[in-house]
Amino acid sequence: MDFLKDPLKVAADWLLGIFASWGMPEIAAQILLGFLGILLLITLLMVLDIFLVWVERKVVSRFQDRIGPNRVGPFGLIQPFADIIKLLIKEDITPGGADRVVYNLAPILSMMSVLILWAVIPLAPTILGVDADLNIGALYIIAAGAIGTLSIIMAGWSSNNKYSLIGAFREVAVMLSFEIPMLTVMLIPTIFAGSMGIVTIINKQDTWFFFLAPLAAMIFFIAAIAELGRAPFDMGEAESELVSGYNVEYSGMKFGMFYAGELLHAFTFGGFWAILFFGGYRFFGLELVNPLLAIAILFFKAFIGYWLIMWVRYTLLRIRIDHMLAFNWKFLTPVAFVLLMVTALMNALLADLPGWLYISGMFLSNVLLTWGALEIARHYSRGEREKVEGAKQVVEVHH
Amino acid sequence: MTGEQITFLAVALFTLGSGFMVVTSGNLVHAALWLVSTLFGVAVTYAVLDASFLAVVQVVVYIGAIAILFIFAVMLTRKDMRDQGPQMNKNWWFGAALAVLTFVGLFFLLQGWSGMSTTATALPSGFDAVAGLGDALTSPAGYVLPFEVASVLLVAALVGAVYVAFNRK
Amino acid sequence: MVPLSWYLIFAAALFSIGLFGVLSRRNAVAILLGIELMLNSVNINLAAFWRYGDDVSVMAGQVFAIIVFAVAAAEVAVGLALVISVYRRRNTVIADNIDMMKW
Repeated sequence: MDFLKDPLKVAADWLLGIFASWGMPEIAAQILLGFLGILLLITLLMVLDIFLVWVERKVVSRFQDRIGPNRVGPFGLIQPFADIIKLLIKEDITPGGADRVVYNLAPILSMMSVLILWAVIPLAPTILGVDADLNIGALYIIAAGAIGTLSIIMAGWSSNNKYSLIGAFREVAVMLSFEIPMLTVMLIPTIFAGSMGIVTIINKQDTWFFFLAPLAAMIFFIAAIAELGRAPFDMGEAESELVSGYNVEYSGMKFGMFYAGELLHAFTFGGFWAILFFGGYRFFGLELVNPLLAIAILFFKAFIGYWLIMWVRYTLLRIRIDHMLAFNWKFLTPVAFVLLMVTALMNALLADLPGWLYISGMFLSNVLLTWGALEIARHYSRGEREKVEGAKQVVEVHH
Repeated sequence: MTGEQITFLAVALFTLGSGFMVVTSGNLVHAALWLVSTLFGVAVTYAVLDASFLAVVQVVVYIGAIAILFIFAVMLTRKDMRDQGPQMNKNWWFGAALAVLTFVGLFFLLQGWSGMSTTATALPSGFDAVAGLGDALTSPAGYVLPFEVASVLLVAALVGAVYVAFNRK
Repeated sequence: MVPLSWYLIFAAALFSIGLFGVLSRRNAVAILLGIELMLNSVNINLAAFWRYGDDVSVMAGQVFAIIVFAVAAAEVAVGLALVISVYRRRNTVIADNIDMMKW
């Protein structure tokens, strides 16, 4: 029973006992245990990544009305392994004139920026992240994204290829621009929870923050898709425009790291969407029963978020780069700022009211703000259309 | 040598080494990337100093924005991708001498100060530096006025930078 | 226990390296890189003084460091905009060649 209640603590104590019996000093045993924990987490994440490749290909095929991989193993489950073996035995080509160190470092940094995100994700009430609640956890997410941005520009420049460079510039411009609304909207769960620590945000979600701030969840979703560099914001690897953009010169496992890193990044952001707005591993007290059940709940919610991200990807067309940036700076950022101010104001005004009044007041303010923003966008787009087509006139009949 | 001291020495050597590579690297893009590693070392120093908010803001602002701005500027101000000519100007020995003189001067200046060997007091339990910083930055009895003036400064810099770099056809 | 002197000497060394970069480099962007190093060393100093002060709840050190972040970001933005603008006119960023206003 004790093992089932808290398997990680039992395993950790057992290992510490073994290390002590070998005569290791206490501090070295702790450090070694930490490293083993990191190794276990990364191994599980990479196994999950392999599974995500299969999920991605099956889902995209169903959206496109075909079956997808079904030859290799039951339902094509062995397909990702075949993909990985292919990538591993491919010849490793470095383009001439490429900057070797930077060229090889870019996919490593890209994968690293995704894996370090999992340091702050609490998987269960007993399996918390770093420091039992890093008090700047929400900001840490943006910091890890910054390292990912750096890796893309390193990849684009070091490939010694014009198209890579253009793809990298566009991708980095989009990623930097969409960090602003994401950061602003991430402050809204911070306001509700009173702290930036992820565990505190989860613990304060007796009502999911999605019901308190649905517009914030939507803006976070859009900004997250842009951060990930996925369609409809995938200027960096526009297959039909830029010959696969910043990763065109990468072959073999280096490309595999970019690709797998992107899928894991998408899943991680599905997880963050679930944590910040949908209660993380909480589900009406079910998570206290068993930490493995809590992990299952978190992964279930993360998969729903990931499925939504995939749905958006395989439905919408790619947006032009100047439209993308105009959408961010002229619509998303002002709406995010106004939403932050309105949320802070309503939080202060309604703080003393009973529960359901607070929730409905917040929800209503969000709905009103969405309606107002969409009205303004509609008038603006009508003005733009009239400039192009001429004002709507009554049809004249020519005899 | 306690663990803290070893950690600090490792981080400091890494940061100083990267800083040295920034100013002596022949390839300017490499210099910008060495700047990224220097900034990361400084962020780790902040984390060692228990200033966790500063550490994360350092990564987000400096590495995520300023370093990328440097890389963009390096790539936009050259005709071809390779650096040409020597990267040090002809009076570099004078610059080196001045830098060494500055360091020695600061070192001797600090030696005469009695507060040099103070060690850090432990943080009081339950002390939340982030909440304290938030209070200091937004309370009228604190530093809200410099904070607001800094945001006006940033708006002015934003408008100025866009105007100066605007490509009038 | 790390005494305060170590942090101050570390910051002084980083400052000197940045000073060397500013005084010795030809490229204008490289000079700005040196200025960034100097600003970072100042920030380390401020954060160290906050931590090693008598009262850790006095946040002046960290607030000052945040203001320095903002000022550094503004300065880099405007400085690089100027460098790019100069490059468009004179087709060079070597500091020695931008000498039209010298007597």
